[in-house]
Amino acid sequence: MSDFPRWKYALVALVMLFGVIYALPNAFIPQPAVQVTANRGAAPIDETVRQKVAAALAAQHVAAGELVVQGDHLLATFANTDVQRMGADAMKAALGDNYTVAFKLESTVPGWLRAIGARSMPLGLDLQGGVHFLMQVDQSDVLDKQESSYADDIRSLLRDKNIHYESVTRNAVPGQGIAVILRSADDRSKASDAIANAYSDLDLANGPSTGDRFVLNAVVKPDKLRSIARDTITQNLSTLRNRINALGVSEPLIQQQGENHIVVDLAGVQDPAEAKKLIGTVATLQYRPGIGQPGDPRAQEAAKTGNIPPDANLFYMRGTQIPVLVSKKIIVTGNELTNASSGVDTRNGTANVNVTLNASGAKKMLDFTSDNIGKPMAVVYVETLYDTKMVNGKEVRTPKTTETVINDAVIQGAFSNQFETNGLGSQKEASELALLLKGGAFAAPVDIVEERVIGPSLGKDNIDKGFNAVLLGLALVLLAAAVYYKLFGLVADIALFFNLVVLVAVMSLIGVTLTMPGIAGIVLTLGMAIDANVLICERVREELRNGSTPHAAIRAGYEKAWATILDANVTHLIAALALTTMGTGAIKGFGVTLMIGILTSLFTSVTLTHAFTALIHGHRKLKTLSV
Amino acid sequence: MEIFNHNSNIPFLGMRKYSIAIAVFLMLASIALIATRGLNYGLDFTGGVSLVVDYAQPVQIADVRAALAKGGVAHPIVQSLGGTREVSIRLQTKDDPAAQEAGGKVNLDRISSDVLAMLHASRPDATLKSRDFVSAEVGAELKNDGSVAAVFVILGIMGYLWIRFERRFAIAAVATEIHDVLVTLGILALVQREFDMTVLASVLAVIGYSINDKVVVFDRIRELFRLARKAEPEEILNRSINNTLSRTIITSLFTGITMGALFFFGGPAVHGFAVTMLIGILVGTLSSIFVASPILLWLGVSKKDLMPVTKENPELARRP
Repeated sequence: MSDFPRWKYALVALVMLFGVIYALPNAFIPQPAVQVTANRGAAPIDETVRQKVAAALAAQHVAAGELVVQGDHLLATFANTDVQRMGADAMKAALGDNYTVAFKLESTVPGWLRAIGARSMPLGLDLQGGVHFLMQVDQSDVLDKQESSYADDIRSLLRDKNIHYESVTRNAVPGQGIAVILRSADDRSKASDAIANAYSDLDLANGPSTGDRFVLNAVVKPDKLRSIARDTITQNLSTLRNRINALGVSEPLIQQQGENHIVVDLAGVQDPAEAKKLIGTVATLQYRPGIGQPGDPRAQEAAKTGNIPPDANLFYMRGTQIPVLVSKKIIVTGNELTNASSGVDTRNGTANVNVTLNASGAKKMLDFTSDNIGKPMAVVYVETLYDTKMVNGKEVRTPKTTETVINDAVIQGAFSNQFETNGLGSQKEASELALLLKGGAFAAPVDIVEERVIGPSLGKDNIDKGFNAVLLGLALVLLAAAVYYKLFGLVADIALFFNLVVLVAVMSLIGVTLTMPGIAGIVLTLGMAIDANVLICERVREELRNGSTPHAAIRAGYEKAWATILDANVTHLIAALALTTMGTGAIKGFGVTLMIGILTSLFTSVTLTHAFTALIHGHRKLKTLSV
Repeated sequence: MEIFNHNSNIPFLGMRKYSIAIAVFLMLASIALIATRGLNYGLDFTGGVSLVVDYAQPVQIADVRAALAKGGVAHPIVQSLGGTREVSIRLQTKDDPAAQEAGGKVNLDRISSDVLAMLHASRPDATLKSRDFVSAEVGAELKNDGSVAAVFVILGIMGYLWIRFERRFAIAAVATEIHDVLVTLGILALVQREFDMTVLASVLAVIGYSINDKVVVFDRIRELFRLARKAEPEEILNRSINNTLSRTIITSLFTGITMGALFFFGGPAVHGFAVTMLIGILVGTLSSIFVASPILLWLGVSKKDLMPVTKENPELARRP
């Protein structure tokens, strides 16, 4: 027997088996599908919805492959993308606004493979299409808020400094600044000094004075405006990144476009509906004084008759039809919220969200809760979605604001900057809410002004070409190695083939998104993986020339080549590692592929070929080696 | 089968004056080329304009490209948007000189109307659906990341070689690396191939490939130094290059074959990548043979620097 230990044979066999099984899912081509999910407040997806969709498809003569309710969504598969598009249109028309109809690629990997965690590699936008969003950031809203907050600050500053003023109001047009009206020229100059001292970002100018009205205009400096705009975009970008990371997209492309647009390309996203929901929603909280208990007679009465007290709003508890009256006064809003995290209420084990407020929010909260212990406080969840409709051939976007009460609890004690919101339905809901609240801190509202679901036809060309390049590159190297190194070349060929298989398996298992640069990385890996075998074969030849016996030549060849292979691969790995640290999607994908390829090739080119060589030559007495 | 004579003893080190002179010349020429002609940065770096055009009747991507080429747009990226009647056209603002305004500003309306006019020349049913200005996909961030990555690679490789080999090897490897990258970039600047994100990835991969090559030669140098009784550095280095010559060239050929396959069959998306890699393989192979070892010799490598550290290990010395 050779000196190749048995456990290594077993390891090689295991790795080969692992490679085949986990690479297998990539052979199953996903099917175009359409997914329907119910929006908040709509009737849940059930058999009646299914039948409605089936009828709509039949009416339009669209043939669906499968039409099934899967948990909370409905899935229809189609033979190709054209039928898929027609089907989606028919479904949208039939279901209306309350349901989200989204394109999807449904995996056709058999259940037993999925059960062991085997899945196909997600394909990048360049290979399979994906979702493309163009978002518009509403900068004026930020300016609006900024001016309002300056107005508030000026008021309290003047109060603190004991400067009497008549009014501090924002000029009607946003961006035109704040008008401070004082009663004397002396007060005005004092106010001007105080404001200039406290807020260096404001430009101050005396306005026209009439009688005892002395006007002081405060305008946000252009520099500050620019930096606000820049920060807004930056914060929105990072918010989007956080939200999209939560979606589990491996190579999202999130970039600024023009002045106030953000592009989001979600390659390999299978579920655009969810992405859209997460991206498009502007969620914020309002803490408001409650009036009575949810569903109490007064609220029921108001809901029935429509007689709502003038200082109150009638909302419903989230996900239910229980009416609740809430004061119009807002204590604290989501803008004053600095952090939100989900957790478990230690007292009753239900899900909660821990909220942290900033200083100004904390002060307001403390003031209110100190005076109102024992009274209810409602948490109103305000969600804004934008709807695009074609009216007279023009696109009209209307914001749709949904306000629901997620919590109406009695204030147990005075609190300020940290408190929790409990009474949430589930841990999932709590984490979703926390994510939206934290991520919801979009510096400015964003809305999707362009959405494209890029069909696979675009990438089909690329994927075919990439596939051909991989196969051809592989075939040529296999042939060259077999010709040049004969039997040892054939063994190297087996190793190279399994290197491809194991590389694909590992990439699939980790869930690396396959892109065109990734395919280039695979091809490059194939070319370089053979290097280890070239080193080994050259060494074996050298040993034979130096008069070693065949067995000794194999042993020495592997031994001596190993040090070189290791050094060469570690340095190469350092280079690949650097590529993966690059933030940009395409390069990162390439780097990750290269890195995995180097690691898998180390095993296949050395251990796997050694096993095969030992298997072939181990038992026999050899006079010559075919190398 | 053997292509190379294993007893070859080509005096590579004997040519070191010429080879180093050529390498230095190539580096200087590359720097000059990059400085004067510059790299032809692609859309990823420069940004550009993106247009979505709708056709009433199905259209071939190739026809759209042809129409744009006729209109003088050099490298438009034309893609179908999930159908046969909608295409996305991305081009660089410099492709439409008429739209350049004072102060480096670009008139986007002008670009879109110009492009539409080009398309209308062959297909009157084209309508512009949307137009966008695309900011650099990576731009400053990518350039920054790229240089950070390059520094990281250089320091990482230097550190590893310093530990595994010796200081002179680390310096020689990094110096040759810089040569390889510069010359590769210089050739790209010379032929004015578009430098986009995949090409940047390729350049960084060239570093990985070429260091691989150098390490194999260095490894042999170390081995021969340790084995040799009378170690004349020049002779050892020369023998090392000759011993590994067949491996160096065979591996380059094999990798070159795969990159050739990628170039001819991988489609335009990876053209730049494959070409850059092929250039890098050629440059890296030549520098492994002609440049790295002369630098090593010049730095004064010797047998005593390379004796295994283990011999100095008192733990081992104590053993019988």
